[in-house]
Amino acid sequence: MTTIAAARMEWIKLRSLRSTWWTLAVTVAGTVGIGLAVGLNSKDAAADLTNNALAGVVPGLLLTGVLGVLTMTSEYSSGTIRATLAVVPRRGVVLAAKAAVFGVVTLIVGEVAAFTAFLAAATTVRHGITAPALSDPGVLRAVMLSGAAFCLIGLLGLGLGAIIRHSAAAVGVLVAGVYVVVQVIGFFAHSAAAYMPILILENSLSTTRPVTCGASCPDFLSAWAGLGMLSLYAVIALVAGGWLLARRDA
Amino acid sequence: MIEAQNLTRRYGRTVAVDSLSFDVRPGSVTGFLGPNGSGKSTTMRLILGLDRPDAGQVRVGGRRYRELRWPLREVGAMLEAKAFHPGRSARSHLAALAAGNAIPRTRVDEVLDLVGLTSAAGRRAGKFSLGMGQRLGVAAALLGDPAVLLLDEPVNGLDPEGVRWIRNLLTSLAAQGRTVFVSSHLISEMALTAERLVVIGRGRLLANTTVAELSAGAASLEAAFFRLTGDSVEYAAKETTS
Ligand SMILES: Nc1ncnc2c1ncn2[C@@H]1O[C@H](COP(=O)(O)OP(=O)(O)OP(=O)(O)O)[C@@H](O)[C@H]1O
Ligand SMILES: [Mg+2]
Repeated sequence: MTTIAAARMEWIKLRSLRSTWWTLAVTVAGTVGIGLAVGLNSKDAAADLTNNALAGVVPGLLLTGVLGVLTMTSEYSSGTIRATLAVVPRRGVVLAAKAAVFGVVTLIVGEVAAFTAFLAAATTVRHGITAPALSDPGVLRAVMLSGAAFCLIGLLGLGLGAIIRHSAAAVGVLVAGVYVVVQVIGFFAHSAAAYMPILILENSLSTTRPVTCGASCPDFLSAWAGLGMLSLYAVIALVAGGWLLARRDA
Repeated sequence: MIEAQNLTRRYGRTVAVDSLSFDVRPGSVTGFLGPNGSGKSTTMRLILGLDRPDAGQVRVGGRRYRELRWPLREVGAMLEAKAFHPGRSARSHLAALAAGNAIPRTRVDEVLDLVGLTSAAGRRAGKFSLGMGQRLGVAAALLGDPAVLLLDEPVNGLDPEGVRWIRNLLTSLAAQGRTVFVSSHLISEMALTAERLVVIGRGRLLANTTVAELSAGAASLEAAFFRLTGDSVEYAAKETTS
């Protein structure tokens, strides 16, 4: 009962900020817009069009990730955290409720973005290319898992927000972890590249067939292993954030 | 009823609260007085479980705050600092808090009306004046119709009308049999509002008494306060001599 009430509180808090809806609307619009552009401009019949149609997920993730960070850190910058913890003193419950509400919202929005982007690309392909269908092998899986990535990176952001507590620093760590480390990791630890969130998304989640590019590529994870890896990142951040939240002063 | 036993809290080398023990009883306004930095806000945060004590414990209505199932229905608090998001309306802020403790939604409009914020309830709280922000804080504290109220410097920054409003509100809440614990710098204000006083200095208890008793041996309550806290003022300005 107390957990359900805590979730209702978090839902009201999330939905009563205009910035939430702006961010989510831009996430969907951007992802779909890129899908549309891919559909209109595809000329290579041999390419994995599903994978290309989902190209907008990569920048789109940044928005749900940052929204996840701010959902937590804005409580600290505004002082709302003290009101929140006065209502629900069991701090693990607070973070669990936040994660559940935020996770459901970003999963729905992420799936809407991924499916609409795919359909936008599939219905606009020209140049005599056969449009992929959701019933084709691996397509439904690729679209669904890409949609789920919005939620998982969002939850990673939420966990980082709970750990770091300052908006700019937490956004910095998120961007570094998701977008920057991957640019340099190849030089230092080639095999670790397969575990980088962006490469998981591009080469494990959103592909309909295994990506192979010879010796220059690491062995990419399978789609489900990639999903498990992203989930693990989110869980680690949330557990660490919950652990710190329960031990630190508010 | 608030019962603090040997409450101790350090921040690095600073002992903010030092083996503090006191009871706050229902039915009257209890003022919480002490010089700047004496540990009043820290004590309030310890009561609410926001900060953890290094030693000792504090109970509200016989239980620790963290053990309360629906805390807002038993303890209402307004802390010194703002505790709302500037982008959220007063109504949404209160609706969220109410939902978190399964308090009926109708109560939100009741408390908005009680503090006189009904017409501003849909506006972003970030645009509120200092006084309106204080009123929103009071509304949040009253949301659960609690038997215990904690207010940290509630009249800070209020105009005379607002000060009188808080004074009347606190005395009427106490008259209803509630426990009202209110910190302040303003001794003259406490002389008008409070019946009992808990006085601390450097985190230690200096007195737990009635206003009448404390002012009895001195020219005024203020004079009695200075005599009591004279040794424990940490941040004092130099006297100006001409
Ligand atoms: N989070 C914190 N970190 C470090 N020191 C702190 C913290 N909170 C309080 N202190 C220190 O503890 C002491 C007591 O501070 P507190 O804010 O409780 O005093 P106060 O009685 O509320 O003061 P004021 O009348 O100015 O509001 C001060 O020396 C303060 O600097
Ligand atoms: Mg204070």
